[in-house]
Amino acid sequence: MKKMLSIARREMAGYVYSPLAYVVGALFLCVCGFKFAPPPAFWAGSREAFILVPHQQASLRPLFEMMGLAMTVAAPLLTMRLLSDEVRSGTIETLLTAPVTDTQIILGKFLGVLGFYLMLLVGTLVFLVGMLLFATPDMGVAAMGYLGMILLGSAFLAVGVFASTLTRYQLLSAVVAIGILSIFALLMGAVSAHTAEPWNEIAANLNAMTYLKHFARGLFDSRGLVFFLALTGGFLFLSVKMLESRRWR
Amino acid sequence: MDMIDVQHLTKWYGPVLAVDDISFRVRQGRVMGFLGPNGAGKSTTLKIITCFLPASAGTVTVNGLDVLSDSLAVRRQIGYMPESVPLYPEMRVREYLTFRASLRDIPARQRAVCRQCWLTAPEDMTRRRLGELSRGYKQRVGLAEVLLHNPPVLVLDEPTIGLDPAQIRAMRELVRELGREHTVILSSHILAEVEQTCDDIIIIAGGRLVADGTPAELRRRVVGPSRVLTEIHGAAPEAIAQAVRALPGVQNVQASPHNAWTRLDVQGAGETDPREGIFHLAKDQGWALRELRRATGSLEDFFVQITYEQSMRQDREAG
Repeated sequence: MKKMLSIARREMAGYVYSPLAYVVGALFLCVCGFKFAPPPAFWAGSREAFILVPHQQASLRPLFEMMGLAMTVAAPLLTMRLLSDEVRSGTIETLLTAPVTDTQIILGKFLGVLGFYLMLLVGTLVFLVGMLLFATPDMGVAAMGYLGMILLGSAFLAVGVFASTLTRYQLLSAVVAIGILSIFALLMGAVSAHTAEPWNEIAANLNAMTYLKHFARGLFDSRGLVFFLALTGGFLFLSVKMLESRRWR
Repeated sequence: MDMIDVQHLTKWYGPVLAVDDISFRVRQGRVMGFLGPNGAGKSTTLKIITCFLPASAGTVTVNGLDVLSDSLAVRRQIGYMPESVPLYPEMRVREYLTFRASLRDIPARQRAVCRQCWLTAPEDMTRRRLGELSRGYKQRVGLAEVLLHNPPVLVLDEPTIGLDPAQIRAMRELVRELGREHTVILSSHILAEVEQTCDDIIIIAGGRLVADGTPAELRRRVVGPSRVLTEIHGAAPEAIAQAVRALPGVQNVQASPHNAWTRLDVQGAGETDPREGIFHLAKDQGWALRELRRATGSLEDFFVQITYEQSMRQDREAG
C-alpha cells in the first residue's frame, strides 16, 4: 500500500513538472469553456448543445457532455507516458527489479494520473463558480455530473494505462487509447442508432456517453456506476497481466 | 557459501540464442568480473539474476532463493545498477533517493539517504535535477540508490562505462571496498579493469562460458608459468639462442635480431626462473645484456584470442 502510494505520488509530481500536462489541462478547460459561448447565428443544431441560450434556462448538461467527449483525447495524452516512457528510457528495469509487485506498479501509476485528473476537475469548478455569480445552477445536477465525470475519467484513464503497457512509443499508445475510447464514446452511439435488435441494445449498453448523460441530468445511474467501475477494473487487470507477461515472454 | 548459483542458464530472444547453457557460482564476499565482448550475453545474464527477465531454461538462485518462485525476496537482497543508469530526468537527486527508499520499505527515520548522499557530494548536488547531471554524477546517484538498503548482493552492469579516468579509478576503489562486505558481480568488456578489481573472472563469448578462474590463473594459462624476455649483444643470434637453450630449465627459445642486438623469448619449464642462468651466461661469455625481465603478458591477448576462436567456431557451426 505504501509503495503504491509512493509510485502514485511520484507520478503526480511528474505531471506537475511536465509541460504536456499543463497544455492538455489548458486545452481541456478551453474546449469545455466554449460551451459558454452563445450559439453562433448559423447554428442549426440542437439548442441544448450550448449552456447559455437566449430565453432559455441555463443548464450544466452540455458542459458535462463536452467534458466527457474531451476526455476521449485528454485521457490518452495524460496516460501515454506512464509505462511507455519507462520502457523507452530504461527506468522500467530499476522499477521491476525493486521489491514491488506488478499490481502495485499499475495501481500506483493509475492513482497518480487519477490524482492529476481530479486536480483538473477541480479546475473546472471555475465554470460552476462563474454560473453561481449570475444564476442559481442546480447543485444536485452539478454533484451528479461530477460523480459521473469521476467515474468516466477513471474508466478512460484505465484504458489509457492499458494502452501504455502495450508499446514503448508514447504516441502509439495515445493513438491506441484514443481508438479504444472512441469505440465506447462514439462508435457505440452510432451503432445503436443504425442497427436492429439485438445489436442496438448491446451497443447502447456499451455507450459511455449515455451513462454520462444520465449523470449530467442529475440522475444516479447505478448501471453507469457498474459500467464505469467494470471498465476501470477490467483494463487495470489487463494492464497488470501485460506487465506480468514480460516475465514469461 | 555460494551467494549466487547459476546452473545451465539458457535464454532465447525469440529465435536468437543470447545465453547458451552457462553455469557458475559466486561465493559470498567475492567480487566477480563478468567479461565478454559486446553482445556476448553479459547484460542478459545479469538481468535474469536480478529478476528482470525470465530464463528460457536453467535455474538461478540468490542466497538460496530461486529467482522465479521467490522473486520479491530475491529482489530485496539485490542492488542492481543497470547499464547506462536510467534515471527519471525530472526528479531531483534527493527526491529520487527518497522514492527508491520507500519502494524498498526503508522507514523514513532509518533512511540512509542522507548518509549515502556523500556519494553525491558536494551537498548542493542533492537538489539538482537528475536530467541535468553529468555522466559521472548519474553513476554516483545510481550507486547511492543501489546501496540504500545495504543489500548482500550488488549487481553492476558496466559500472565504469562513460566515466573519465579519474572517475574510473574512484569507481574501482569503491568496488573493491564494497567487495569486503558485499558479494559483487560486475560486467565489463575492458579486461584491465576486471583484472584489477575482481577476485574471480568469468569470460563469455557468443553466449557461452569460455573461461573462468582468478586473474592469476587465467594469466598463467595465457603467458605460461615462466616466460622471460631478454636482449643480448655480443654474438650471432643463432649462437646466443643455442647457448641459452642449453641452460637448465629452458624449454624453448625464439631469437629475433633487433639491429645489433638479439631479442630472445625464453620459455621456461614449470615454475623455473631462467633469469639467473641467463645473467651468468652473459657474464661468462662477455656479452652485453640490456634487458632481462619476466613477461607479464596481459590478459588482453588471451581475451581477444578466445573470443575470436569462439566467433570462428560459431561461424563454422552456422556455415
